[in-house]
Amino acid sequence: MLFDSNIFFAQLVSVDYMRGAALSVAVAIVSLILATVIGFFMAVGRTAKQPYLRAPAHFYVWFFRAIPALLVLLIMWNALPQIIPALRADWFSPFIAASVGLGLVEAAFMSEIIRSALLSVDDGQGLAGRALGMSPAKVMVKVVLPQAIRIALPPTGNEFIGLVKYSSLASVISLRELLTTAQVGVNITFRYAEYYAAAIVYYLVIVSILSILQGLLEKKFAWTSKSAKSKKSTEATVPAPMGIS
Amino acid sequence: MTQQPILQVRDLHKTYNGNQVLKGVEFDIEKGQVKAVLGPSGSGKSTMLRLMALLEPADSGQILLKGSRIGSREHKGKSVHLSERTLAIQRQEVGMVFQRFNLFPHLSAVRNVMLGLTSVKGISHHEARIQARDMLQKVGLDNRADHYPSELSGGQQQRVAIARALVMNPSVMLFDEPTSALDPELVGEVLEVMENLAESGMTMIVVTHEVRFARRVANEVTLFDGGVIVEQAEPEEFFTNPQHERTRKFLSHVH
Ligand SMILES: Nc1ncnc2c1ncn2[C@@H]1O[C@H](COP(=O)(O)OP(=O)(O)OP(=O)(O)O)[C@@H](O)[C@H]1O
Ligand SMILES: [Mg+2]
Repeated sequence: MLFDSNIFFAQLVSVDYMRGAALSVAVAIVSLILATVIGFFMAVGRTAKQPYLRAPAHFYVWFFRAIPALLVLLIMWNALPQIIPALRADWFSPFIAASVGLGLVEAAFMSEIIRSALLSVDDGQGLAGRALGMSPAKVMVKVVLPQAIRIALPPTGNEFIGLVKYSSLASVISLRELLTTAQVGVNITFRYAEYYAAAIVYYLVIVSILSILQGLLEKKFAWTSKSAKSKKSTEATVPAPMGIS
Repeated sequence: MTQQPILQVRDLHKTYNGNQVLKGVEFDIEKGQVKAVLGPSGSGKSTMLRLMALLEPADSGQILLKGSRIGSREHKGKSVHLSERTLAIQRQEVGMVFQRFNLFPHLSAVRNVMLGLTSVKGISHHEARIQARDMLQKVGLDNRADHYPSELSGGQQQRVAIARALVMNPSVMLFDEPTSALDPELVGEVLEVMENLAESGMTMIVVTHEVRFARRVANEVTLFDGGVIVEQAEPEEFFTNPQHERTRKFLSHVH
């Protein structure tokens, strides 16, 4: 049985694979957003002076770093609906369970990334912001975060790629993401090479697109007048009182 | 001159982990005056400025601006710290320029100057840009408005930092060794901006090692050592006829 390129190409352009790939990416996006939000608060908690803020943040990171993602997904999908009746409703889909489960686990890792990014911003920055009369929240949003994001961007890109791959774990809770799609096909046709090769191509394409997007994003954070021009050329050239526009 | 001093500092104390850094700092400064502060490294000069800029609380003592106490208040005979919100409002009255500029690297020069206006004073973007451009022109940098800090020389960065503080329209400007992080050939342009500012009537406290600047621009020169003000005099007097042995010793090192 040779590699049948017809089967390979048929799968490559099949709706099943595209839907599977889209699901994988969607799970990764949703869980990364969730992880970033939770991770931010955990990072702030861990750098806080107050012990009642530090302790829960520590506990969270300690807990979710220890538990395998697979186990979290199984708990999300099987155990939680038994305990919480509301989760037995239709809206609680494998997609939501997978996104939330992976997001909770990933938050522990994102909090580390965000914490070190926040710490890497020079103390003088906060000092300068406060000296102007900015509130602590304003200093965080307008001064510290933009600088921390630049630091956190490359490792976050890596985490995102990891999440795309981790989304395949969701096969255990019957989410038909990319790898499950391949596996289901294989179980029917036994064309292992063709189906797996198609999956490989999808993963490669997804990660390549991500890398390109990440590169573009990092350029935006170059903080030079050149990068700014392409961003908002109109605003940068507005002369003072009466615009020539 | 019986005018009330614009800024009065009374018996300021500050200790860091048992290390007594300020041991009762006292001075007055009148509106429009320029006070140069000299002193050896580690004597607490930056700490004194950070306390006056309300960036850190004093352990004890008082700071009065235009006769009203700032940074802390009296409550049942005790000094208590103010809320961060109140402090933020009071900080607008005191402009601070740092040794290492501390410009916001993610914002262009004009945006560095605008940020305080838009995010603290709530001024519209458009109006803030006009004011910021104006202020950049005053420090000779209107042609660099859209450059980012990484694209500016140290001297230019420090001038943007001065504009950023000035645009908030403070009553007092504090300078913490504004030229010591600069290459020698860039010191002049910053001192020139400061001299113009002094001539325009701004009240200034300048921690510096620039003896010539202190001599030419300051109304009063102060030697700060060991957490207290040791000597305080007019520039001529300070440099030619100091009263204290410690001043003489210090001057023999810097001359
Ligand atoms: N945040 C802080 N925590 C602990 N110790 C501090 C802190 N800030 C300053 N100190 C200590 O206080 C003393 C005075 O420091 P400060 O920076 O005020 O001196 P300075 O006169 O400005 O010196 P320099 O000329 O080197 O800038 C030093 O011994 C310093 O180690
Ligand atoms: Mg200092």
